[in-house]
Amino acid sequence: MNFPILSSLIILPTIGALFILFGRSSSKYNAAKYISLFVSLANFILSLYLWYLFDKANSGFQFVEERIWLEGFINYKVGIDGISILFIILTTFITPLCIISVNSTIKNRLKDFLVAILFMETMMIGVFCSLDLVIFYLFFEAGLIPMFLIIGIWGGERRVYSAFKFFLYTLLGSVLMLIAIITIYWMTGTTDVIELYQIGIDAKYQDLLWLAFFSSFAVKTPMWPVHTWLPDAHVEAPTAGSVLLAAILLKMAGYGFIRFSVGLFPVASEYFVPLVFGLSLIAIVYTSLVALMQEDMKKLIAYSSVAHMGFVTMGIFTMTPQGIEGSIFQMISHGIISAALFLCVGVVYERMHTREINKYGGIVSVMPRYAVVFMIFTLGSLGLPGTTGFIGEFLILLGTFKVNFLVATIASLGVILGAAYMLWLYKRVVFGEIKNTEVNKLVDLKRSEMIILSVLAFVSILFGFYPDPLLSTTSASVQGLIDLFNININISTASNL
Amino acid sequence: MEKLIIFLPLLAAIISGFFGGIIGNKASQIITSLFVSLSALLSIYIFYNVIINGYADNIIITKWITSGLLDVNWSIKIDQLSSVMLVVVTLVSAIVHVYSIGYMSHDPHQPRFMSYLSLFTFAMLVLVTSDNFLQLFFGWEGVGLCSYFLIGFWFKKPTANAAAIKAFIVNRVGDFGFALGIFLVFYIFGSVNYEEVFNQVALFKDNNLNFLGLELNAINLICFLLFIGAMGKSAQIFLHTWLPDAMEGPTPVSALIHAATMVTAGVFLVVRCSPIYEYSPVVLNFITVIGMSTALFAATVALVQNDIKKIIAYSTCSQLGYMFFATGVGAYNVAMFHLFTHAFFKALLFLGAGSVIHSFHDEQDINKMGGVYKHLPYTYVLMMIGTLALTGFPFLSGFYSKDLIIEFAYLKNNTVGYYACGIGIFTAVLTSIYSWRLMFKTFHGEYNNKSQPISSMHESPMMMLVPLVILAIGSVLVGFFFKDLFMGYGSFSNFWEGSIFFLQPLTTDHPPGYILYLTPILVTISIPFSFYIFLKNKSFIEGLTNSNKPIYLFLKNKWYFDELYEVLFVKSSKFLGKYFWKKIDGLVIDRFGPDGLSNLFKYFSIKASKFQSGFIYQYAFVMLIGFSIILTIIIVN
Repeated sequence: MNFPILSSLIILPTIGALFILFGRSSSKYNAAKYISLFVSLANFILSLYLWYLFDKANSGFQFVEERIWLEGFINYKVGIDGISILFIILTTFITPLCIISVNSTIKNRLKDFLVAILFMETMMIGVFCSLDLVIFYLFFEAGLIPMFLIIGIWGGERRVYSAFKFFLYTLLGSVLMLIAIITIYWMTGTTDVIELYQIGIDAKYQDLLWLAFFSSFAVKTPMWPVHTWLPDAHVEAPTAGSVLLAAILLKMAGYGFIRFSVGLFPVASEYFVPLVFGLSLIAIVYTSLVALMQEDMKKLIAYSSVAHMGFVTMGIFTMTPQGIEGSIFQMISHGIISAALFLCVGVVYERMHTREINKYGGIVSVMPRYAVVFMIFTLGSLGLPGTTGFIGEFLILLGTFKVNFLVATIASLGVILGAAYMLWLYKRVVFGEIKNTEVNKLVDLKRSEMIILSVLAFVSILFGFYPDPLLSTTSASVQGLIDLFNININISTASNL
Repeated sequence: MEKLIIFLPLLAAIISGFFGGIIGNKASQIITSLFVSLSALLSIYIFYNVIINGYADNIIITKWITSGLLDVNWSIKIDQLSSVMLVVVTLVSAIVHVYSIGYMSHDPHQPRFMSYLSLFTFAMLVLVTSDNFLQLFFGWEGVGLCSYFLIGFWFKKPTANAAAIKAFIVNRVGDFGFALGIFLVFYIFGSVNYEEVFNQVALFKDNNLNFLGLELNAINLICFLLFIGAMGKSAQIFLHTWLPDAMEGPTPVSALIHAATMVTAGVFLVVRCSPIYEYSPVVLNFITVIGMSTALFAATVALVQNDIKKIIAYSTCSQLGYMFFATGVGAYNVAMFHLFTHAFFKALLFLGAGSVIHSFHDEQDINKMGGVYKHLPYTYVLMMIGTLALTGFPFLSGFYSKDLIIEFAYLKNNTVGYYACGIGIFTAVLTSIYSWRLMFKTFHGEYNNKSQPISSMHESPMMMLVPLVILAIGSVLVGFFFKDLFMGYGSFSNFWEGSIFFLQPLTTDHPPGYILYLTPILVTISIPFSFYIFLKNKSFIEGLTNSNKPIYLFLKNKWYFDELYEVLFVKSSKFLGKYFWKKIDGLVIDRFGPDGLSNLFKYFSIKASKFQSGFIYQYAFVMLIGFSIILTIIIVN
């Protein structure tokens, strides 16, 4: 085996975190900041190198590493395919931006905050490359802890309520998933994902197992009706926390759906398609309407996240290349755009200390540069062609249309509503006459803010015009997954005859 | 060279948009105008090349989206249809750019304005030169976006912001249909590239599919869905409400986007898809009906409006209706002809109106104008030419194209065709009346503006008049000169081959003479008629409105579409949003979900903690009870 690149990606942020944690605590936080920035950037470059080495034509797992952990039972096994690599890059891409943004938003215990972010990066990367259910579970759950702390310690006024709501919801689903994993182990004698793909799981038990996994992923996606933790969590979380939550944490569930629900339980996935479509449609239409009426900027964007993730779950369960590729693309796109939108909210929140939409208005006159970048992300969010938002939504709807006209038609309504709530938000915040005298005191973007937001804007436009690097990375693996799915479905229908 | 045509405006937009503050107003105006003019010259050359040499090409720039069977490129397709559109777009755009230098000279955000104009031009060019539905969609939304920016250009005005959002959302409703149409195209044909789709249409013409519980012919459904998109963009009845409001934007924008180019994209779409539409007579009839309804509806509303720009906006709506019913009766080339001539005279009218508004210092109400023709002689004459061309006065450009539409409607030889023909003639008369009403009220009669003395009226600068002159020349001549080309007369008999598809060759018959002469005669008679009722004998109109108050109010309020939609869509969405949020999320999910759960645990733990009171006699008592119960069970068993 060559250089263990995946393990390095996983462990590097933790090493950085330990350095900060045990390093000499100086009164100035600069050392901690630079270490974390350096580590996360190094990790980003490493992940790009990984992407460069990655063989796009190969639909199987690559860079697989296996180490014995619990002798004879569970092994530490990691590896990536075209589905997971993009999420890893998303994680390593967003983390340094978060660390730069922390600069101005976190006032107390900055060191601990950076440790939490780096620790979370480790967990997220771990989630996206684990090839063993138990390892996956560990990373998946451990990732919640730093988030819980970020909300609970650095959050707003109702942070304790939000943190517990967040934990209660997510833990409840996870317990069921753990039981399901144990069951799988007793049934098949392994928790190795590649092996499980090959031997398959008895169709009789798939339904219950699917539901157990589903309950965990649905909470984290979040799908309707278990979405109410998200707006609260976002509202209370500090900016960097919201960014991580929206950009990466939510994607774990979408990834889980593709890798485990569809991959391990194809028969059940097929069976539960109506359930997923139904909930996704409700998520798209219902939360879009709710978003329309929000008075708090962050809540509005949080609800829009639910709607966008509704597209994702819908696309995955179409089992078409366009649907699944679109879902992956939509997740990456949402990771970039929602991260940017939360950063945009953070920028004005930090200056005005309010997120209430009515307190703003007319800020284009005092913050013209801010108005431009905010507009770009607004357009990305409403899925304008030329931004990444469009490609994801379009492919998902195209895939869905193939499977079910009605579902695709209703989901398309969400695109109209998406335009409505985003443009209305933008208008109320940015355009118009200045009514609140506080607005006059606002200063335009600082250099660090400008850099972060420009990078995000550049990426979302670049891949909007030229999505090929992303699509071609995923296509072989997605096709492999669909082939696997079809084979399993055929076997099960044949055995029923 | 084709790439230059498309990318010069983009480059101009980028330079002016991002570096406008650095290079200054003058430089960004010069750069944008120059680049777009260059693009216009090249377009004219291409058009010439297409006419003379039959030049056609499809340049692939790079691939865009590849996923499964879906394979879409960024492309530049040059054929007869797109070359006509290239000329219309770049020429009007260049003229509007130059005009804007004068018109916007007092605005603090000139580079931004020029940048939007150029960006719009780019998006429109992408739209017309696409070789597939998806790039078309990109341009489609792109022009919508620029329209949104430009309508809301004066961002401090609440009405402008509201109008901008309205335009975007109503267009999105159209795009919703359009997108479904594209999905269905892909579903049926497995491709979204024109060529592959169009080649297969005949094979699939009898395919039925079950859509939302209805058994429908696939081709019909595709045509219908695509037409919904066209209705949104071209402001046809039911989806027209955004266009009059869009007049909140600066006037050059109205001329470029909301008269000459963007709003004609819907017509372009239908013409481009003629190979599909030809197999769907049902939808063609539907288009005819929608087109003629719009033509009539908009003309009736235009009769009673007082805002100079809104009158012209409704007139645009009405003329677009003409173009649609031309496509509906299968005369795609005639629709393109009217699109071509309309671009000239409607842009002329808008820019002329802009010149009037400029002189009146942003006054738009025609009741507050009047009697200024001596003070604004050039504007007056130029607008007169525009009006004559619009109303179809003999031998001006509108005359050729509009009369041909009416003729072809008649020659369709079916009920819908006859109706369309009748309504076409009637609407032509209405058009003439409202146009002359505008002219007379603006330029003749008494001066009615109390806030500004008549001596303050002055003619607009040369920078604004020269563009008008070019458009005026076009309004007079293009009808006559391009008639043969567009109609395929004489040596141009095969001009449209390859870009417009006719299932049956277009009829070469002529309708009876009275149809041919009726419109020009009526239109001409209505000039003195209008002169009489709007200037000489005003009591006639007053009497008419007073005795028919309900009808007058109905027209004045634009058939109450806005009010209806407000209740039907806006209010109900807001209500639902609030209901879902407060009632379902708050009172149901949270109450019984996490909050309920934690309350439940709290409740039980409080109960449970009561057991641990710390009093030994209570514990002893419980032990005693428990012991006796166990004992009892054992004994009973």
